[in-house]
Amino acid sequence: MGTTFGLGELGFLIQGLKWTVLLAAIAFVGGGIGGLGVALARTSTSRALRRITGGYIAVFQGTPLLMQLFVIYYGLGLIGLTLPAWVAVAIAFTLHASAFLGEIWRGSIEALPKGQFEAAKALGLHYVPRMRDVILPQALRIALPATIGFLVQLIKGTSLAAIVGFIELARAGQIVSNQTYEPLLVFSVVGAIYFALCWPLSLYGMRVESRIARAAAR
Amino acid sequence: MGYTLDFTVVLDALPSLLWGCLGTIGLALSGMTLALAVGVGGVVARGSSRRWLRSIVIAFVELVRNTPFLVQIFFLFFALPNVGLTLNPTVTAIIALGLNGGAYAIEIIRGGVQSIDKGQIEAGLALGLHKGQVFRMIVLKPALRAIYPSLTGQFIMLTLTSSICSAISAYELTSVAQRIESETFRSFEVYFTITLMYLAISWLLMTGFSVFSRRYFDYPTR
Repeated sequence: MGTTFGLGELGFLIQGLKWTVLLAAIAFVGGGIGGLGVALARTSTSRALRRITGGYIAVFQGTPLLMQLFVIYYGLGLIGLTLPAWVAVAIAFTLHASAFLGEIWRGSIEALPKGQFEAAKALGLHYVPRMRDVILPQALRIALPATIGFLVQLIKGTSLAAIVGFIELARAGQIVSNQTYEPLLVFSVVGAIYFALCWPLSLYGMRVESRIARAAAR
Repeated sequence: MGYTLDFTVVLDALPSLLWGCLGTIGLALSGMTLALAVGVGGVVARGSSRRWLRSIVIAFVELVRNTPFLVQIFFLFFALPNVGLTLNPTVTAIIALGLNGGAYAIEIIRGGVQSIDKGQIEAGLALGLHKGQVFRMIVLKPALRAIYPSLTGQFIMLTLTSSICSAISAYELTSVAQRIESETFRSFEVYFTITLMYLAISWLLMTGFSVFSRRYFDYPTR
């Protein structure tokens, strides 16, 4: 028999949790920047930019996250980049998040009334101030529930880094489960930790959503 | 660097990869069917007058939606034998996909049912239809049409999620690929190829969904 599930094992899971949170945070910030670029390119006047980013989104939304991880993880090695595993994984999650956030924000930019664009143009605002001061603040606000929803997806998605061997919460759970022979207990605890992380975010997302719906109904 | 791409191993393994594709499609379609059943059953239970039943459905939805699928499938894989159900990994994977997809389907279908005007239901009852008929023809079908885009989007997600079932070595494309990779060490070539296969599968499903939508939902609304 292996060891029993005790404080030491719980500590190991918490170590894993730190990596889960860090990985999700990097992907969310990186994906936020990339996603903004994708959303702007998708709504730009350049047909080439729209095509390229459209294809990028279609590929990332039409393939499993696990495959994206594998291909980017091994692909980076192939082009001669020897990166630490966590950097390779972070790059993969960032590219993934850029595609999804880009698509969410494209939708909200296009959902704004045309008058907003026309009025901003009529006031003589150029592209940058028009987007920065008029369009994006409104678009990002209506996109907030979907953005939070995607953040929850992303936190759950980081568990797939376990399959390429990166030790975050889910992988830590597998290791502890193998040591203690108590998979049910261990995966219940791991599930509870993910739940404690994601549920408050989900609730917050729902609250924002109903607030926006109420404001729209007024 | 000195690494040259070599896709011949992929060509040699093409028959098993194509079988893997069929495995993935089969897994996905069974998962969707179960998810739809869980979704409809869940919505009925969610609208029940029994408080405990409603609470169970709400707890189930929140638990599933706020934990990773990988943890769920591991949990089921180890939990089912404990309650006396020793199933093979592929069946366990179908149950996991069905429960996971079902939780999302409950929320989507509930949104659709809530969008049905109460007057429609009352009109149906007044015309002498019984409760089951009203549910099937007046609530379910128009609601399905309203939620069709988000439901099928969720089903595509379910198909992509099925790759995670390789973690318990269910029979599907990713686990076939992992076996070939461990025999040939051509990781990039194998995973790149099956990524394209997944892309083809999701495009195939999307086309199928839109053809079905045109046939089944093509009726006048007024």
